[in-house]
Amino acid sequence: MGRKLLLENIEKPDINTIDGYLKYGGYRSLDKVLKGMSPDEVTEEVKTSGLRGRGGAGFSTGLKWTFIDKSTDKPRYLLCNADESEPGTFKDRLLMEKNPHLLIEGMILSSYALGCNTAYIYIRGEYMFILHILERAIQEAYAKGFLGQNINGSGFNLDLYVHPGAGAYICGEETALIESLEGKRGNPRIKPPFPAVSGLWDCPTIVNNVESIAAVVPIIMMGGAEYAKIGIGRSTGTKLISASGNINNPGVYEIEMGVPVEEFIYSDEYCGGIKGGLDIKACVPGGSSVPILPKSLLFKESNGSPRLMTYESLSEGGFQTGSMLGSGGFIVYDKQQCIVRNTWNFARFYHHESCGQCSPCREGTGWMERVLHNIEYGHGKEEDIDLLWDIQRRIEGNTICPLGDAAAWPVAAAIRHFRHEFEYHVKYPHRVKDADHVYQPEMKYQTV
Amino acid sequence: MNIQFSQESMSEINKVIGHFPPIRKKSALLPVLHIVQKESGWLSPEVMDKVAEILEIKPIEVYEVATFYSMYHTKPVGKHVIEVCQTGPCMICGADKTIAYIETKLGIKVGETTADGLFTLKTVECLGACGYAPMFQIGEQYYENLTEEKIDDIIRQLSSNANNI
Repeated sequence: MGRKLLLENIEKPDINTIDGYLKYGGYRSLDKVLKGMSPDEVTEEVKTSGLRGRGGAGFSTGLKWTFIDKSTDKPRYLLCNADESEPGTFKDRLLMEKNPHLLIEGMILSSYALGCNTAYIYIRGEYMFILHILERAIQEAYAKGFLGQNINGSGFNLDLYVHPGAGAYICGEETALIESLEGKRGNPRIKPPFPAVSGLWDCPTIVNNVESIAAVVPIIMMGGAEYAKIGIGRSTGTKLISASGNINNPGVYEIEMGVPVEEFIYSDEYCGGIKGGLDIKACVPGGSSVPILPKSLLFKESNGSPRLMTYESLSEGGFQTGSMLGSGGFIVYDKQQCIVRNTWNFARFYHHESCGQCSPCREGTGWMERVLHNIEYGHGKEEDIDLLWDIQRRIEGNTICPLGDAAAWPVAAAIRHFRHEFEYHVKYPHRVKDADHVYQPEMKYQTV
Repeated sequence: MNIQFSQESMSEINKVIGHFPPIRKKSALLPVLHIVQKESGWLSPEVMDKVAEILEIKPIEVYEVATFYSMYHTKPVGKHVIEVCQTGPCMICGADKTIAYIETKLGIKVGETTADGLFTLKTVECLGACGYAPMFQIGEQYYENLTEEKIDDIIRQLSSNANNI
């Protein structure tokens, strides 16, 4: 059993109330900070901990904090990215739903470190039921004096608000999130300037994922150095993994970084193996954007050592033979699943979610979706496979934000590792409609 | 047409506006659209114009946002909008079958509304419930690990509630 820092008390029925949270040791990190740590000392602990952005990018959280522009007298803002929309990812939801005060305490600690007096939690609009849970918890925190003016007599002030999005994956990109919070379309901004210099209303702004901010609470409690002892190398601490697909025990698991992928899939402590005892075909280990890995590359690195659940091990071999830890959205496919259909499904998703600013993404995602649909439904040609490769290659790296890359990578990886499935679809169009290929309702193709 | 929102909606709107500095009223746009859509069922041009007036912005600033985000309805919809997730993990756990079952049960296709105006069926992209697939959302509620029996129950319950009003 690995150590649990974020989900330790998640099953306690009263953990969602402030009294329950206090009973299980909540707001002690806040107490520790307000009684004797300077903002810079808090930042230093987070840097020492090695915590890396849990939303998917994996950039050092503490280092990001040091970029905040302190040379201006403009107000600074902390925004929590609770737009969780990466297919395969549903971990932040669990934290906020069951243990809202952990996030709130993390927001207070982080705001203190950054010198913010106003902070917002930007939550995806579909999670409106969680917004109500957070708002109730925030009221409780105000009533206890953990939020508002002169928190616990420290002289530090903080107002915290929850703000709903309205259904747009792109708003998980930090500059699009800022645009959205300003009441606009979620069109990402060109960087630089980075939000740490010019973000919300042109003020210095830090955007962090829910899990990253929640992790600040145990980091302060145990100290950054202690936290850094968990995990392997530069992958420190614990990580929430959202496990879904054809497995026996789908759900959210907190792992110490470094659990072998094979153990994670087959151990009863985690996924519990493949449903129905089938063989595994492939896995997308870090959310829909990251390259899919076939079974042959999933369990071992190129030197034969076991592949581990860490940033480094999952990306070992680059995109030729590796993938990414990403957001920890771990999707498992049994041998009956059709990779072409899955790739088409993801392409449709990215086409639907493209904001439309950059033409390679706006046009390319739709083009990929249509070509993939043709192949999947038995109307593909041999040259379509190379065409797809060409389109994804021209999207990657040619857009303002990473959505273009995120749309290109799954297509590239599917062709790289499963070209034979694409060729099969093209050669035997009548066979791909068989029931044991994958369930397919007859549907008229409509572009979204 | 001069639209007036209910007192309850107006007090919610004013609360949200209070989350921002006075010169940043526009920031309240997304939550305000949620509030008025809840009251009006959908965002008609008149409703959006009224929102523009309240937030002291141009109507186009409201229209462009309302048409960008997928949760806003710019056309009338049924009383209950069934939004079935169809993305990757849900698909491999049977979302297609779920959609087909609801289509048959309600006698409508995706995008359509039942003749009694009770249900609209929509497919949506990932709702963050991948481990509990297949699933759909109706209003603010998530319904997860769906089976045909569960779907029958949910639809029966929502239909009978409607008859009682």
